[in-house]
Amino acid sequence: MDQAMIEFQSVTKQFQGGQPAVDNLSMSIAKGSITVFVGPSGCGKTTSLRMINRMVEPTSGTITVDGKDVTSVPAPELRRSMGYVMQSAGLLPHRSVLDNIATVPRLNGVSKADARRRAEELLDVVGLARPLAKRYPSQLSGGQQQRVGVARALAADPPILLMDEPFSAVDPVVRDELQQELLRLQKDLAKTIVFVTHDIDEATVLGDRVAVFAVGGKLAQYATPEEILRAPANDFVASFVGRDRGFRHLGFTASDGVTLHSVPTIVRGRSGSGTDPDATSGWQLVVDEGMRPLGWSTPGTSTGLIPGGSLFRPGESLRRALDAALSSPSGLGVAVDTEGRVQGVIRGGEVLALIEEARQLRQAAL
Amino acid sequence: MEWFLANIDMVLERSGQHLVLALVPMVLGLVISLPLAQLARQNRALRSVVLTASSLLYTIPSLALFIILPTILGTRILDPLNVVVALTIYAVALLVRAALDAFDSVSEDVGQAAVAMGYKPLARFLRVDLPLSLPVMFAGLRVVSVSNISLVSVAALLGIGNLGMLFTSGLQRGFITEIVVGIIAILVLALLMDALLVLLERLLTPWERAGKIRPGLVPAAEGDRA
Ligand SMILES: Nc1ncnc2c1ncn2[C@@H]1O[C@H](COP(=O)(O)OP(=O)(O)OP(=O)(O)O)[C@@H](O)[C@H]1O
Ligand SMILES: [Mg+2]
Repeated sequence: MDQAMIEFQSVTKQFQGGQPAVDNLSMSIAKGSITVFVGPSGCGKTTSLRMINRMVEPTSGTITVDGKDVTSVPAPELRRSMGYVMQSAGLLPHRSVLDNIATVPRLNGVSKADARRRAEELLDVVGLARPLAKRYPSQLSGGQQQRVGVARALAADPPILLMDEPFSAVDPVVRDELQQELLRLQKDLAKTIVFVTHDIDEATVLGDRVAVFAVGGKLAQYATPEEILRAPANDFVASFVGRDRGFRHLGFTASDGVTLHSVPTIVRGRSGSGTDPDATSGWQLVVDEGMRPLGWSTPGTSTGLIPGGSLFRPGESLRRALDAALSSPSGLGVAVDTEGRVQGVIRGGEVLALIEEARQLRQAAL
Repeated sequence: MEWFLANIDMVLERSGQHLVLALVPMVLGLVISLPLAQLARQNRALRSVVLTASSLLYTIPSLALFIILPTILGTRILDPLNVVVALTIYAVALLVRAALDAFDSVSEDVGQAAVAMGYKPLARFLRVDLPLSLPVMFAGLRVVSVSNISLVSVAALLGIGNLGMLFTSGLQRGFITEIVVGIIAILVLALLMDALLVLLERLLTPWERAGKIRPGLVPAAEGDRA
């Protein structure tokens, strides 16, 4: 599988009067694989991606696709041989969904009828209902627009797909869905996909290989997701990957089954609720009038409000549940409903027990 | 009313002249402004030159322009060409700005997407930027249409045929009815042109009015299938 499809050779890009956006990048992207560029904002992911289809020209260095220097092909032609999906979908607002998908084949001189026939097939491929074909992009949900974006990128059946944060603008549930579908599609299509994200979770779910970029446009580590999680190359990668590495896969275990316990609350500026603080070792949750959590207080200390940790919504992943419990000063993760009102608390120990249970179930399944 | 009915042929003829004198410069102005704005969009220096020149041009009084132009163009003072040229200048002054705004109204993302898909510059301009800038462009055209229709009447002072002649002759003869008919005819003309432009815009930009379709029309399970 390791035949190189795209190769960066000492590529540097410096925009006028700035630090290099991409600094001496050399990497080889394998044919038929998903390679994810990940890193903090401004580290040169988009710039690197756009140098592949020459929307950005490098200051120095060369990029080859299938062994050929990209500058040896006229830019518009090169671009038609690579699907491009961006964060905002970038659909043409004045064309119907069908005609949007048919764009690149039409540019390639395919007849309108043939291009539309192909576009209709692609609706099925990306899981969009046929009646959506006649709509304009503004009449679609964000998730649907992203699907059209993917269909459009696939329309001319290019060997390469460039995807710049294609799923960051949709809500987490739809994002998970789109990620899974991309993986399913990739099984059949085996495209060479370069995927940009700033979300390390997304990178590890999708990537066959992950390239972690550091600020200043430097490649910090380029390896499989397992290796990056297990053995970060340096402190930057370690901190970017996060403390809780090793628990990443928990992000995909549903957390239904976590027990919610009641918690003593005090509305800020008033006396406590009925529940006995002893059950929570004296910790009381401070809330506003709308029952939204503000922080914790404990009778022994006079410091007043102690900031709380991350919040957890029932139904989210076990990892979020564990995060909430571990990041809370009381050791109790605060669970809130969709309006942000306190529903109860979860205990770290119980979440860990569920995680262990899930792990055993997974092993039994293998 | 009686006077109007008796002179309906004359009023219609003057309306026709008026319309031609207002419309031809508008079309010419559009044809000149679109490429000019597109060039100005790509060149910062040219952009500020164009913007400054357009505001300066618009401050020249129309009567002065009607009188100066014959010496510049070598035309006779009564030649309608003077009016056409003068109003084209005003139209360009207004429309270059409108066209720049119109092109700026096209979202950067859409432009980037067009480039990424492999549009060449001219194709992108004609098939992406131009259609998407129509709504803002039409707003500019409607201003020019009204402005031209009212400016044409000034040319009547020089004796160039149009509805403004109803004012000059009404004034000379102290005949109010003729002036009122002239005003009403110009108003009607302006309203008709405006309605026509609105209609044209609707025809050319169907996506602008594509309302949100209720999700019920497509089974949600299909439309949002996982
Ligand atoms: N057209 C441009 N002109 C000047 N500087 C630019 C241009 N495009 C990008 N840069 C700069 O280059 C650096 C890298 O930008 P780039 O868009 O590649 O970052 P990124 O990793 O994609 O960030 P994000 O996650 O925010 O999208 C940034 O400092 C940015 O300001
Ligand atoms: Mg980016």
